[in-house]
Amino acid sequence: MGKTISEKILARAAGVPETSAGEILWVNVDKAMMDDLLGPRVEIAEQMKALRDAVWDKRKVVIISDHYTPAATAKQAGIVKFTRDWAQEHGIENYYELEGPCHQVMVEHGHVLPGQVVLGTDSHTCMGGALGAFASGVGSTEMLGILLTGKTWLKVPETMQVRWDGALPAGVMAKDMALRTIGKIGNAGATYKSVEFTGSAIAALSLDQRMAITNMAVEMGAKAGLMAPDQKVVDYLNQQKVTSGYSPVFSDPDAAYCASYEFDVGELSPLVACPHEVDNVAEVENVKGTEIQQAYVGSCTGGRFEDLAAAARVLKDRKIARGVRLLVSAASRSIYRRALAEGILEILLDAGAVILPPTCGACVGLHSGVLAEGETCISSTNRNFIGRMGSKGATVYLGSPMTVAASAIAGHIADPRPFLQEAARS
Amino acid sequence: MNSTVIRGKVLKFGDNINTDIISPPQYMELSIAEAAKYAMGGVDPEFSSRVLQGDIMVAGVNFGSGSSRETSPLTLRHLGVAAIVAKFFARIFYRNAINIGLPVVESHDADRIRENDVIEIDFERGRIANTTTGEEYECSAIPSHILELIRDGGLVPYLKKHAAELLKG
Repeated sequence: MGKTISEKILARAAGVPETSAGEILWVNVDKAMMDDLLGPRVEIAEQMKALRDAVWDKRKVVIISDHYTPAATAKQAGIVKFTRDWAQEHGIENYYELEGPCHQVMVEHGHVLPGQVVLGTDSHTCMGGALGAFASGVGSTEMLGILLTGKTWLKVPETMQVRWDGALPAGVMAKDMALRTIGKIGNAGATYKSVEFTGSAIAALSLDQRMAITNMAVEMGAKAGLMAPDQKVVDYLNQQKVTSGYSPVFSDPDAAYCASYEFDVGELSPLVACPHEVDNVAEVENVKGTEIQQAYVGSCTGGRFEDLAAAARVLKDRKIARGVRLLVSAASRSIYRRALAEGILEILLDAGAVILPPTCGACVGLHSGVLAEGETCISSTNRNFIGRMGSKGATVYLGSPMTVAASAIAGHIADPRPFLQEAARS
Repeated sequence: MNSTVIRGKVLKFGDNINTDIISPPQYMELSIAEAAKYAMGGVDPEFSSRVLQGDIMVAGVNFGSGSSRETSPLTLRHLGVAAIVAKFFARIFYRNAINIGLPVVESHDADRIRENDVIEIDFERGRIANTTTGEEYECSAIPSHILELIRDGGLVPYLKKHAAELLKG
């Protein structure tokens, strides 16, 4: 019987010839990532001091302050300072601050490589699966164990195969593919499992778009969301001057899957996840007209260069509706810089957008665009839970960057396709 | 937790009690003791004042979905929650709860348990006795080595106890 990517990566990480779903292995961790929200924080640091106050391998630890940056309160500033000081005191050279949401910073700086085991204190760590890494989220105490030993135990997950074929229609994005998948499988349908995304429509996507899909694997409860590390991944790493030090792993043709789903992207139309669950998915057509006060393009899910460029295609030479705030936060400083250089930010600004620094702030309701009671936001981010982006009396719809842009223009949830057709005609 | 059986009064919740409900993100800059005042705020703003030491939370499917924030099990434990029964848990929450020493078990019969019932959970045998209704349900058992870790108070005390063997090299 053939093996899945997950089985092959975890076998290598455990130093065993092979493994199968269901086995529990002690694996060596290739990269341990912590953020400021759930990273060193006082309690964890104190506990670690009592055991042995040194990490197992400084080169394999990455610390990224992204949730509380730039800090909105003295308390938040104190947490970031603690994180920064802790990283310095423990000799962690891979410390980043104000560079952007951690998952994007990880892939841009070569900290996620094909075939590796990457664990981080943020549930969307699974995004790294777009590069063919086994990447997953863990809690702070589990991370403490990893920092001390470089190891943790993992149950080798069963793998669910999600196949996407066909050609992506205009006005439809990878985010719509992610929402369709989650709507079908459900918010817990992949709990404990790996999800492997495959098919011609996945192969056709850029890395920017692929990561919007693997990022949201955890919204189905998945442990990891994986894609084959094809030539596009190699090219992406080459761009970051990472040309060696990794070995890509692929699923065997006869690998065992616990379930398989097939989708045709050609049949897809723009979708939204309605309040307050990510699997509460509807066609934009069915909720259009829902008034919004805020529209947000940003985050590790929907703030990459292509996301900003897609929003700009819809917003070019248009203005957002009166009474709507359109906030845009690039997923990293390098994306910000490129969007500036290529005129994307100017188009967004002309349309009435406000450009925020790269940060997790608004997505998780910590700062830089928190919602008031009774307000509605459409967002290219990954969660719409009660209270996620501010008041528990606010509602959040999730959609693609193009749907967010179209809705900002209309002042209510709107289909981006008519805007693109008009743009093509003019 | 000293024995393998605990008994407590039930606080009942529904499906998909996610981490943004258990630990609203805007309070995460507070200490666990302060953040605990806002626990479950999304569905039950009075939770922190009505929960008593030793109470058992019972819920439906997908308890703890969402974030990897350990604040969620930590605040519940801080408020006195002695165990959680759900139809099933989100993966990261399940590991976090065990790692901080909060026992969690899965039972298909969670729906049969009502608010204010008194239940007795036998972690070793995987049985729940409802002393209010007289019913008995199956639940997932907790393996003995994990029970030991929970009894020690979680992964950190467990590591301290076994430091010599686990932290060498």
